[in-house]
Amino acid sequence: METTFTPWLSLGGGMMIGASAVLLMATNGRIAGISGLTSRIFARNSDGDARGVSALFVLGLLLAAPLWLLIAGDWPQQWVPSNPVLMAVAGLLVGFGAVFGSGCTSGHGVCGISRGSARSIVATLVFMAAALATVLVTRHLI
Amino acid sequence: MKQLFALVSGLIFGLGLIVSGMANPAKVLNFLDLFGSWDPSLAFVMGGAILVTAPGFAWLTRMRDRPFFDSEFRIPKKSDLEPKLIAGATIFGIGWGLGGFCPGPALTALPIAATGVLVFVPFMLIGMWAARRVPANPFAPKGATQ
Repeated sequence: METTFTPWLSLGGGMMIGASAVLLMATNGRIAGISGLTSRIFARNSDGDARGVSALFVLGLLLAAPLWLLIAGDWPQQWVPSNPVLMAVAGLLVGFGAVFGSGCTSGHGVCGISRGSARSIVATLVFMAAALATVLVTRHLI
Repeated sequence: MKQLFALVSGLIFGLGLIVSGMANPAKVLNFLDLFGSWDPSLAFVMGGAILVTAPGFAWLTRMRDRPFFDSEFRIPKKSDLEPKLIAGATIFGIGWGLGGFCPGPALTALPIAATGVLVFVPFMLIGMWAARRVPANPFAPKGATQ
């Protein structure tokens, strides 16, 4: 599906994501890494405090689209792959890989790179390369 | 108070994903499709986010020794490039390229309830749960969580 290049909206939305990461660090002292926060909700070694804060952050994420609907009058425009087998496999790999590799696009790609963390820079380069290769294969080679 | 700010942070994060177009997997997949219908938007999202986060984090940790409503800045201290990091990032990248969703956009798009996301999120949670429970893995004997 074709999409339009949106430099200004994407830059602005990206800055909102950055503002959220700074706000969470300023108030809670936590990295706004979605895989870390989400998995901490049900991790055995989480204390109640980490669990509660993580759950509330995720609740905020879940409320964003309904709030958008309320204000804009319509859901955000989207196209989602619908093959259930593909999405099940993708979900498993994303969830497992993000937690096993200590972070995803937000934790490594935004917060980690912003801290100048070598681990995060390497992880981001690796997952970008893997994702680019995957799309190359699925869209052009099969 | 910090609980309220956690909720508000999540809400701003989700709205940022929607405004930037990243809650739409089609835009992510097109970013990753260099030789097809390439859409460079995702680079602007990461750029915009880092433009705010990098000076924000630097300023916070220089000006304060702890957050406003908590006892410490929990900044990861690990610095080793272990195989586990590379393996995890590779697995994550393949899944990201297949579905066009990473965890934040998937959770944000969940209430819109497209079939694809309704399948993706439960399996993502199973994957996360499994990764948290990998017993003494061959690479790192301890400190497997973060």
